[in-house]
Amino acid sequence: MDLTELENIVTKEAADRKPCEIRCCIAAGCLSANSNDVLSTLRTAVEDSGMADRVNVVGVGCMRLCSQGPLVGVDIDGPLYCRVTTDNASSIVATLNGGQGEAETFEREDPFFAKQTSLILKNCGCIDPERIESYIATGGYRALHQALFELAPSDVIETVTRSGLRGRGGAGYPTGVKWATVAKNSGERRFVVCNADEGDPGAFMNRSVLESDPHRVLEGMAIAGFAIGANQGYIYVRGEYTLAIERLNKAIKQAGRMGLLGTGVFSSPFDFRIDVRIGAGAFVCGEETALMASIMGQRGTPTPRPPYPAEHGLWGMPTLLNNVETFANVPDIIRNGAEWFAEIGTPQSTGTKVFCLTGNVVHNGLVEVPLGTPLRTIVEEIGGGVPNGGQIKAVQTGGPSGGCIPQEHLDSPVDYESLGKIGSIMGSGGMIVMDDQTDMVDVARYFMEFCMDESCGKCIPCRAGTVQMKQLLSRIVDGSANRADLERLEKLCDMVSRTSLCGLGQTAPNPTVSTLRYFRDEYESRLIDSTTAKANSNGATCQ
Amino acid sequence: MSVVTLTINDQLVSASSGETILQAARSVGIDIPTLCYVEGLTAHGGCRMCLVEVEGARQLQPACFLNVNEGMTIRTETDQLREYRKMIVELLLAEGNHTCSICVANNNCELQDAAVEMGVDHERLEYTYPQREVDVSHERFGVDHNRCILCTRCVRVCDELEGAHTWDISGRGANLKMITDMNQPWGESPTCTSCGKCFMACPTGAIFQKGSTASELDHNRAKLDFLINARENQLWEL
Repeated sequence: MDLTELENIVTKEAADRKPCEIRCCIAAGCLSANSNDVLSTLRTAVEDSGMADRVNVVGVGCMRLCSQGPLVGVDIDGPLYCRVTTDNASSIVATLNGGQGEAETFEREDPFFAKQTSLILKNCGCIDPERIESYIATGGYRALHQALFELAPSDVIETVTRSGLRGRGGAGYPTGVKWATVAKNSGERRFVVCNADEGDPGAFMNRSVLESDPHRVLEGMAIAGFAIGANQGYIYVRGEYTLAIERLNKAIKQAGRMGLLGTGVFSSPFDFRIDVRIGAGAFVCGEETALMASIMGQRGTPTPRPPYPAEHGLWGMPTLLNNVETFANVPDIIRNGAEWFAEIGTPQSTGTKVFCLTGNVVHNGLVEVPLGTPLRTIVEEIGGGVPNGGQIKAVQTGGPSGGCIPQEHLDSPVDYESLGKIGSIMGSGGMIVMDDQTDMVDVARYFMEFCMDESCGKCIPCRAGTVQMKQLLSRIVDGSANRADLERLEKLCDMVSRTSLCGLGQTAPNPTVSTLRYFRDEYESRLIDSTTAKANSNGATCQ
Repeated sequence: MSVVTLTINDQLVSASSGETILQAARSVGIDIPTLCYVEGLTAHGGCRMCLVEVEGARQLQPACFLNVNEGMTIRTETDQLREYRKMIVELLLAEGNHTCSICVANNNCELQDAAVEMGVDHERLEYTYPQREVDVSHERFGVDHNRCILCTRCVRVCDELEGAHTWDISGRGANLKMITDMNQPWGESPTCTSCGKCFMACPTGAIFQKGSTASELDHNRAKLDFLINARENQLWEL
């Protein structure tokens, strides 16, 4: 494969394009709502209507408005049909001949789409994720070619550093610094690892990118491999993401066949192989040391850091570990330059971030906005606020490691520092909207129970501490706790976060701590002594 | 191997560059409490008893894992650390069923020692009373999972000193359990050599020798020390 052949593919794709394209989402959300059958119905309808020569029906990745699926779009700017069924699918085809579409449509001008900025999700819902040609037609693999033939590895690292890209796994560590550290550490081999073990409740950003645009991630990983001097990459995907795994494997094979991965990438001396490793669905395996243990065939439990993976990673070798979204940003940064990327977002948090907007919000789905966008814009304008005119009480960001942001902080910009200041984190991008009927103590208990179930059990504070905290939270919810229990809970939160071995335990108390910070009255009003006091003040007899 | 100088509890300490904080501290008589650590076996870092404060670091660090560095300043005893250690012991006591008066390891138990040392005079946390089994299928030894603190000393000693790897871990979180081979009764284990090293390494009364009364039980950790010293330094004298 060389640049000319790459260009030929682009030209052929353009020549083969039919005047009209009907796109049907075949990502996991819509598939679960029967979109595969909708896709075949559309294909049959096009055949039957005799328009096969000018209409193409294509299965595409996520079109973002996940709660309204199955989604069908006519061309990129044409109508977007929601909740399409096999019964009304053919009417969409009929509209091309002047008929009436029976499925409800969603306005493209709605703030849900209009207020978003697409970098990572640019191809999602537009290209066929199962055809490499479809990705190449959008300019795919050009950045890899550019890195290999026009830049030195140090130039690539410098570009990533200057772009200001920060780790999208949640911690926000500067990506360029991480790449440079791995490149500088000595070892016989180096490895690139993509963390796709997304396990936060309410989060599906990585899954959507992998299902909708897998080559973007592969290209980003290959560029990283070239930059740090690695010949082997692993994508660690959780086993529940069967469709993502299937499409990744297909994409790796396609890229290998075209000489874009494997031995002699673009016929250069650079070899880069990528293998998929499937996790068994343990939340802790998203933690980097546990993830690496799992890749090496060991029990997925964390080990203390330092040493960090950049120095002592897979098989003791320097290892670069980044999240799906981090790698997905890389091709565009190389192609468009560091300055282009740095201008998006805020000076400290550049670029965009994909969020999964879920919970009590009108539009559930994938949202991509520049970092620094006010939380209110995301939940009220893009998300459409609470259904039926309800009030937002809080927004939970960052999953079980994150916190609840109360209504009064909705104007805070969403970036790494601002969220930290109000007691939450970016996390990988889960965003759960809660209305004024939500019981915040119960929310804290839910997340604590999640951490308790997912604790690997290696360290005592996390293993036994989460059990005790969950029991205390349950007692508060049930109204059988007293003030001493609340104090005990707060002490445990402090102790577990300070003494646990890995991020799971260290952050498990966060939802409790943040709800205590903003909704303390909900805790205190349920304590036995406060109800007794209230009863006494009402003149009731104390038993 | 170069020598570095660091400060532990305001005391200047010199140590070899490959040593851990725990080794460096103990070499000058500063004791840092541990439960999962056994000298000579791979460090586990799970009990969190040996957490220390490192000046300039955000997180507390386990002394058994952290290597010494030139100019480091470490604190091993602060009110905060003592409180955390006490809570760890309390968490352990609430997690399993530990009743010292009827335990074979009474007066010969590291968890009991830690509780005394940390001043755990009563339990502030709710007991979970788990339903755990006792396996006495082995002809010489038994395992009472109620007493197990999941320190994995048995796993590491069996793997690293005996080379049998009979012991392992199954499950996760509160369901974590030590197992023999493929989670079968210990007496049916095809790999167990009945060497007794797991029994010697166990800090509590979880792994016991059959026929021992409470007054007779002796974990005899010295045998392990002898073996480790013999292998590492080729010194085979008792």
